[in-house]
Order: sequence, then structure tokens, then C-alpha cells
Amino acid sequence: MRHSIKRGITVASISVVTAITLGACASGGGTSPNASSGDFEPITDISLQLQWLPQAQFAGYYVALDKGYFEEEGFDNVDIIPSGGDIVPQDALVAGDVDFAVAWVPKVLGTLEATGAELTDIAQVYQKSGTLQVSFKDNPVADVSDFEGKRIGSWGFGNEWEIFAAMAADDLDASTVSITTQDFSMNALLDGDVDAAQAMTYNEYAQILETVNPATGELFTPDDFDVVSYEDTDGAMLQDAIWADTARLDDPAYADAAVRFLKAVTKGWLYARDNPEDAASITYDAAINAEAAFPVGPVHQLWQMNEVNKLIWTGDDFGVIDQAAWDKTVKGALVAVNQDGLNLITDEPADSAYSNEYIEKALAELADEDVDVSGDYTPIDVTLTEGGQ
Amino acid sequence: MTKSRAAALWGVVGVLAVLAVWELYKFAGPAEGLTVGAVEGENGSGFLLLPRTNDRAMPHIWDMVARLFQSTSGGSTPPLFVPVITAALTTLGIAAVGLVIGVVVGFVLGLLMQRFRLAEWGLLPWIVVSQTVPLIAFAPLVASIGSQIDRMGTPWPQWLSVAIIASYLSFFPVAVGVLRGLDAPDRIHLDLMRTYAVGYWQTLLRLRLPAAVPHLLPALRLGAASAVVGAVVAEVSIGMRGGIGRMLIQLAGQGSSDPAAPWGPTFGSIALGLVAAGTIALVGIGLKNYRRGEATA
Repeated sequence: MRHSIKRGITVASISVVTAITLGACASGGGTSPNASSGDFEPITDISLQLQWLPQAQFAGYYVALDKGYFEEEGFDNVDIIPSGGDIVPQDALVAGDVDFAVAWVPKVLGTLEATGAELTDIAQVYQKSGTLQVSFKDNPVADVSDFEGKRIGSWGFGNEWEIFAAMAADDLDASTVSITTQDFSMNALLDGDVDAAQAMTYNEYAQILETVNPATGELFTPDDFDVVSYEDTDGAMLQDAIWADTARLDDPAYADAAVRFLKAVTKGWLYARDNPEDAASITYDAAINAEAAFPVGPVHQLWQMNEVNKLIWTGDDFGVIDQAAWDKTVKGALVAVNQDGLNLITDEPADSAYSNEYIEKALAELADEDVDVSGDYTPIDVTLTEGGQ
Repeated sequence: MTKSRAAALWGVVGVLAVLAVWELYKFAGPAEGLTVGAVEGENGSGFLLLPRTNDRAMPHIWDMVARLFQSTSGGSTPPLFVPVITAALTTLGIAAVGLVIGVVVGFVLGLLMQRFRLAEWGLLPWIVVSQTVPLIAFAPLVASIGSQIDRMGTPWPQWLSVAIIASYLSFFPVAVGVLRGLDAPDRIHLDLMRTYAVGYWQTLLRLRLPAAVPHLLPALRLGAASAVVGAVVAEVSIGMRGGIGRMLIQLAGQGSSDPAAPWGPTFGSIALGLVAAGTIALVGIGLKNYRRGEATA
């Protein structure tokens, strides 16, 4: 018996050693050396990690895929990977699972400081914040100063920092405001578990307007609610941005891929700006077919497309990071203290945390190719229906 | 025959009773629930003692059933029951793989522990401890090991991670059941084998395994249920697309404006559990010659 156990251990350790050796060989053989000539082989396969499920929030990427914009920029395979909250985009990017990631700026700043990793914001897709705090008219929370003594809903997972930054600017803290975690439905507000619930203009706010008001038997209307828009507060922070791996940007092949990727993405979002109905339905189709997801219905997606366009097209160039908005985000991130007394970041992020080099190059190349990258978005009217279907 | 008919009848009565209790509470219970210790004018204070009965919290059963036949996500998407069935089958397949892995691992561990007392001393505490690791902590670990293996060149599909996690839950009852079962034969029978000068393998085949069946079936039933639970939870925590767990989470996020929708996948997962238990019952029929006085799990 003794013998058999000993033998077993020997066999096990031999196989472990073999596995490690084989593994090392496999990973060693995987890298192809072609940087010797100074020239590079263009990257043709890339992956993009989204921060949520497929929906019109990410229409530009799905349009670029559907309309072949990625192929026009020399990509054979583009893998768009949704997340259901299970994958943290910046972590996936740091781990090398994906080539680019879409994530909110404050969340990434927190990760960068906590882990010491380096990522670069290469395009600021959303120029404005779309976060709201929604309350009923009969129990109004119309301003951040009204938070005092109220129960404020928040999703957590890094989506809450605008709330704390806005509160800090108003000299409020967790001792006077009760922060309650809410789920991704709007039931907390509807059931009176919170006084004001967190919502995105393009998603949860629409969801509540797709719900029947039991008092009237009709859908809720914007008149039923008071809304704090964080964009109008000191807590406003930059949201959906495209992030690249800072260290890899030194590799000319990756830097080149970044520019080509941004060109395709810009074209996708331009299409979504000029054809919101079509872009919303392309995204919806991609979600229900290719992604096997269960998005809220087509009307909801159109509403989302319309709202998202308002956040992207503010009259400035697409994707260019506005220094003032960046500084405001960093300032908010520095002063924000959450309900556990923790700061998001304690030091300014590294200079490498954002760069306009790639998006400006992409926009210039697009202009040379006679793509009109200027122009504004003209909002459309979307009438929501019950359940968004 | 009459016995099984009576069992089926009681089963139907049980389901009807659950439905009746649901509707009765919905009819008679307080719409906003019963909260104790609430402070006047302070939203969300106090402790909710009785659940809410409004249509968002408790949709009518007929609304849930009707929802199954309405389009999943509006537009031209198929009725909800179609993706529910597809997703349930996906999860069932993964849970089955997980169960098979779990049964094999559990069986080998049980055999080892029964054969070598030292193995039992060494392994059993670890096997028990293994079940105290929270699944939501363990699942991402398996997923990330899987994706590393995948990147090293050996394909490792996401569902395999889910199956491994399911097997992690299901091997436990099997290992313990096999150990107890193989130890079940009476001393006198073992002595008989010895007087015949029968070796270990013969004893195992002719005496220990048949005697283990009454312990094994409840263990398998537990293992099957654990595999289903493990698969659903693992899908959610590693974000695998296509299964019933992910579907449940996604539809629950739309619960305010479409409260009946998340009940579709809920029914799907109930059906999953029934199918898993039913499969083990079939195994039990095949082994009915060995089922004398089944031990309780």
C-alpha cells in the first residue's frame, strides 16, 4: 500500500513536470519573430471586449461588423465579446484575453491604480455622461443636495463613482446619504425601496417608461419623474471609451491596428448617427441571432440608439478626448469616497492613461479618404411601448 | 400499476396546490407586502416580512404561461418557449457531462477510500472541505485556467469549464455514497467470500457493488441535482452564453417592464431538475433487482 502511494506520487510529479515543460515549449513556439526588419506584418485578427450585453449602446461596433468596415480596414476577423457583468473589460485587456476593450474611464482608472497595469484610452466614444438618478415627482430628488437623508440606489460594480463624486462636491457623504445597492431592473424605485434609482438615459430610464403605471393603467411618462443628470453636476465622468494595452502600443503592428480599428469604428458610429433606425435594427439582429442574447425589444433599441447618439455627437470631433472633461473625471475620481470610506484613486493617473494620437490619425486618414467626419446628430422622436417590444 | 397511478395523481395534486397557493396569496396578500419596523416617510426602511403581491413581484400564473407563447424580444423573435427549451437542453447537456465526470471521479475516489484506509483518512476531510469552497469563487478560477489552456493551444471550450464546475458539486455525494455503499455488506458475507478464497475484484463485483446500489441511487440523485444547480450557477458566474442561467439573468434585468418574462427560464430550470431526477429514476429501474431497502441520502 505504501509502495503504491509512493509510486503514484512519482508518476504524478513526472506528469506535472512533463506538462510544464510541454506548456513552456508550446508558448515559446507561439511567438513569430518578424520584427527584425523593422517592418511589420499587419494584424488581421482582433477582439473587442464590451462592458455589457449586445445592445444599441454598442451599435457602432456591430454596424462596423455588419457593413464590412473592419474588412475595409484590413481585418479578416473581428470578435466582439459581450459581457454580462461576468467579464470586467479592463481586466480582460490587462490579462491579454482581448486586443481592445470598451469601458468607463473611472472604472479603468481605479483598476490601473489598484493593479499597477497600464492601459491607454485611445478614443472617447461617449463625450457626455448618460447617468441619471430618477425619483418620483411626489417624493422629489431633483438635485444632488436633495440626496441628504434619502435612500439613493446605485448598482455598484464601479458604476457608482459619479454619485460619490457629485456628493463630495456638495459636501455630502455616506453618513448623511444612505446608499442602497439596486439590481438592473427599476423595481427598487417602483416598489419604494429607494427614493431615487440610478438609471442610464439609454437603458433603465427607458425601461421605466416602458412600464405601466398601476395608478393610470397607462405607461409612465417623463412627467412622473424628477431626474438628476450627472452630466450637469460636478460628478460627471467620462464613460464608454476604447482602451488599448499601453505596452503593446510600442509595437508598430499593434499601433497600426489601433488606428485602423478606430477608423472602422468611427465609420460605424457615423452610420449609426445618420441612420439611427437602421443601426438600431442591425444591433438588435446581431444580438438576437449571432449572440444568442435576449435584448429588450426593437423600440427600446431605437430609443437607446437615439440617446446614445446624443452622448457621442456633441459638436466635437468623434472620439477625441477633451482635456477638460478628462481632468474633471480625474478630479471627481480623486475626491469621491464611497459608503465604505474608500477612495477610487488617490493619485493622478499616469500620462499614458489617455492619448489622442491614434484617434486623430484615424480621423485625418478618414478625411483624406473623403469620409465626412464632421456634423451633428439630429435627435429623432421615439415613442416607447410596453416592454419595449 | 395502481400504485404508480396514485403517485402520479399525488404529483399533479402537489403542482396544483402550489399554483393555488400562489394565486391565493396573490389575491389575499398585501400588494406592497408587510413591513415591520418601517419609519414613517422613510422609503426602504424596516424589514419586509411578507412578500409583495403586485404584478411585478408575482405575475399571475396565466400571464407567465401566456408570456411563454409571446415573442421573446419583440420583433420577429420566436415565442419565448422556443429559446427556453433550447437553453434548457444546452444546460442539460452540460450538466450531463458534468455528472458523468463527477460520477467517474466520485466512483474512483470512493473505491480508493474503501480499499485503502489511509486514502480514506487522507482524502475524506479534503473532499468534505472541497464542498465548502463557494462556487462563485471557484467558477472564475476554472474559467481562467480553461482560457489559459485554450491560449496555449489546446482547445478548451467554455462549456467544458461549466461541466467541470458542475462535476465539482456532483462528485461529492457519489464519492461518499460509494464509500458507504461498498462498506455496506455484512461481515458474514465478507467472511463467506474469504472462505471461498475469492480475491478483491471478485468480491467487489459479486458482493460489494450489488450491496452498494441502495446507497448509490440516492447519491446519484443528489449528484444529478447538484450537477444541474452547478451548471446553472457556473453559466452565470463565468458568463457562458446559450444556457438557461444566462437567459434567466438577462430577462430578470428587464423585470420591471416585462415581469412575466424571467419566469419562462425559471420554468425551464424546474423542468431541467425534473428531467435529471427522472433519468436517475430510470437507472433505478434498471437496477431494481438490487434495491432492497434503499438507504436515505
